[in-house]
Amino acid sequence: MSNLMNWTWFHKLGSPKWFYEISGRWLPWLSAAAALLLAVGLVWSLAFAPPDYQQGNSFRIIYIHVPAAFLAQSVYVMLAVAGVVGLVWKMKLADVAVQQAAPIGAWMTVIALVTGAIWGKPTWGTYWVWDARLTSMLILLFLYFGVIALGQAISNRDSAAKACAVLAIVGVINIPIIKYSVEWWNTLHQPATFSVIEKPAMPLEMWLPLLIMVLGFYCFFGAVLLLRMRLEVLKREARSSWAKAEVKTHVEKSL
Amino acid sequence: MNPVRKKRLLIILAILAGVGIAVALALSALQQNINLFYTPTQIASGEAPQDTRIRAGGLVEVGSVKRSSDTLDTDFVVTDGAASVTIRYRGILPDLFREGQGIVAMGKVNADGVLIADQVLAKHDENYMPPEVMQALEQSAMKQKHDAATQGGAQ
Repeated sequence: MSNLMNWTWFHKLGSPKWFYEISGRWLPWLSAAAALLLAVGLVWSLAFAPPDYQQGNSFRIIYIHVPAAFLAQSVYVMLAVAGVVGLVWKMKLADVAVQQAAPIGAWMTVIALVTGAIWGKPTWGTYWVWDARLTSMLILLFLYFGVIALGQAISNRDSAAKACAVLAIVGVINIPIIKYSVEWWNTLHQPATFSVIEKPAMPLEMWLPLLIMVLGFYCFFGAVLLLRMRLEVLKREARSSWAKAEVKTHVEKSL
Repeated sequence: MNPVRKKRLLIILAILAGVGIAVALALSALQQNINLFYTPTQIASGEAPQDTRIRAGGLVEVGSVKRSSDTLDTDFVVTDGAASVTIRYRGILPDLFREGQGIVAMGKVNADGVLIADQVLAKHDENYMPPEVMQALEQSAMKQKHDAATQGGAQ
């Protein structure tokens, strides 16, 4: 019995109507938190955090680069977890999550790659080098493209979801490769600076704004994901009575 | 969990394990190709291919940088503690290039064992510090050295 009780929240998540209601309540809080954290983090990191003794002010790009790279990898892990849930429990909401999170993750990867290139030119002396970290990050971008393309190319909704889930799950092998690439091989990229569990490799006045930026990026991702998923759920449930009622109230409000 | 779901989960885990092992085998086979650069020890022991462009990486040895007075030629020694390689480069070095810094140079080793580089990239480590902290650290290190030196002199 207790086992049953514990799983009710999980099965409830599968109900689109329930998701739509609960996400509607979370969305304003997540958006507000994202806006606040990003605003505070950006001002603190770009204006008040001290410059680096070697790189001067150009090191400040770390405050965009690291959160974006964090998100790029976390979102992919989330895709894989949602893929497993979708395949094993046949939960439609998990399929929605995979396809709606993939473009956000792809953009985060692009931001990480572009800021990394911009940072690389003044510090390393080159925009791009085929070392293990940079290459595995590029592969991550292609994996995201693959998930997005599969979702778009297959018109049958269930087949598309299955294909996306399988690619998301298999591709997750790339995540530990990205993470440990700097330790397993000789790379130009330096090992990780930011860590929540270990002692960070920077003083507190540099690390705190970075922490705020990372949290802000996570909240931003959560808010955008919920927005996208709500729209998709509404589209898929367009024929149900609750969705019709929801759209009707919105249309009446805007008139 | 009902048996059908359990089976599906096991299939997924099996696929993941299979692909994981395949990737791990491929990567370990490609180990040397994935490394961006050869260390001076590897070059000295002949692990690096001859007569082809390679990358060498290591720390610039302190006191080894010799700049030509009328050209952009720079000679320096890169070391990993055990072995070292002399590198010759003509061009503008990256801002972070300095003695003691990690660098990666790409080029061909000539008959004299000198690597003629056409690209020099600077590595930096994962530690960041405000300039004042670094100054304080340097001063305390210098102070310690100074103290040690004066003590040694007194004895």
